[in-house]
Amino acid sequence: MTEKVALHGHVQAINWNRIQDDKDVEVWNRLVNNFWLPEKVPLSNDVQSWATLTPEEQTLTMRVFTGLTLLDTLQGTVGAVSLIPDSLTPHEEAVYTNIAFMESVHAKSYSSIFSTLCSTKEIDEAFRWSLENENLQKKATIVESYYHGDDPLKKKVASTLLESFLFYSGFYLPMYWSSRAKLTNTADLIRLIIRDEAVHGYYIGYKYQKGLEQVTEERRQELKDYTFELLFELYENEVQYTHDLYDGVGLSEDVKKFLHYNANKALMNLGYEAMFPTSVTDVNPAILSALSPNADENHDFFSGSGSSYVIGKAVNTEDEDWDF
Amino acid sequence: MPDGPTQTESHLIYFSSTSENTAKFIDKLEVEAARIPLYGWEPELVATEPFVLLLPTYGGEDGRHSIPPQVMRFLNRQENRSLLRGVIGAGNTNFGSAYCLAARKISAKCDVPLLYRFELMGTPEDVANVRQGLEEFWKHQSRSRP
Repeated sequence: MTEKVALHGHVQAINWNRIQDDKDVEVWNRLVNNFWLPEKVPLSNDVQSWATLTPEEQTLTMRVFTGLTLLDTLQGTVGAVSLIPDSLTPHEEAVYTNIAFMESVHAKSYSSIFSTLCSTKEIDEAFRWSLENENLQKKATIVESYYHGDDPLKKKVASTLLESFLFYSGFYLPMYWSSRAKLTNTADLIRLIIRDEAVHGYYIGYKYQKGLEQVTEERRQELKDYTFELLFELYENEVQYTHDLYDGVGLSEDVKKFLHYNANKALMNLGYEAMFPTSVTDVNPAILSALSPNADENHDFFSGSGSSYVIGKAVNTEDEDWDF
Repeated sequence: MPDGPTQTESHLIYFSSTSENTAKFIDKLEVEAARIPLYGWEPELVATEPFVLLLPTYGGEDGRHSIPPQVMRFLNRQENRSLLRGVIGAGNTNFGSAYCLAARKISAKCDVPLLYRFELMGTPEDVANVRQGLEEFWKHQSRSRP
């Protein structure tokens, strides 16, 4: 299993003063400015709140987080690294190294949550569950098989679907707790992870679309078919996994809407149209507002009742070069 | 040296980065629209008719750098700012409180309504809502400004 990372025939020193794609610099800067570590989040403030969860809710929460740990481990040690040899620019390589590192930070963050809230025995049991759960293992296996494949564009599709879709059956739960004023510090940490994954999905999806520009129409069609097939395969598995986790607390249907909503966004990151109709993407408003406090409908002038102008208020407008 | 500015009579002016996400939304909208130039060497865009501005937010960095510099440059021209009637934001709720932040900032600073928000390149419903919303918005505008 010692697969060597295939570097180019010769290694060229990276020159950040000669940029081929501005997006590389933009995303690099964004990632660097978003850098964080779990130690900065006061997780211990959640200890009391943790004690208010029932034993079943605690077990669910730990299983969700071990599942997320597995995906972040996969993306950090295999996924993002497997994209490096296919880079179109040296700066793209550098961005992937940043992504890989942050995935490892994410994977470690869950351990910070565990060690703050749970006993060693409980942690070990949750990790054992993640090893034994068929659907969790299957989703990791499906994605990993593409990472070991030799098609650079298919790897990017698998990676984007992981970043923008596969995490969300798990991310749902801390947002749910947060909407009920529970484990709010843990939710703050998860929101940092969600923000990072959004940039990762956006960037890898963008590079996929850049890659598509260089191939024939026939190949483009093949990749589109492949994307939808893979999404379906992962989706079916994800539905099973959701039932495994959430049936006991009666949240499965609510989680599935969140899955549809995020599957649409994953497709859009790859440049494709949303697939699930609005009738099945109506995410619980409490979850949406835990995700983004400003996402409520009040700002929507077009579909609002009409005459009152809604002006954005109380936002800091001190961006540089904003002269007038 | 860039040429003189390009004038536009479009009632919809938008910004899209090289990701083309917002440009794809505009394509689907099938409404005549002018794009704010990406590069400094391109001629500047100057509006000659009232318009709605549609722009994405690149999230993160705790809200800093949310407004693309090209859009700031465009709005720093007084004639453009004076014709701005409303803003539409594109974004991603995964950016938390920074969701569509650039559109919200411009709405607050320029005292114009935030008309609509959508995610990434927009769903078919978003396209229909914006197309119809803009139609009604301009009808209302022409009635109130004879």
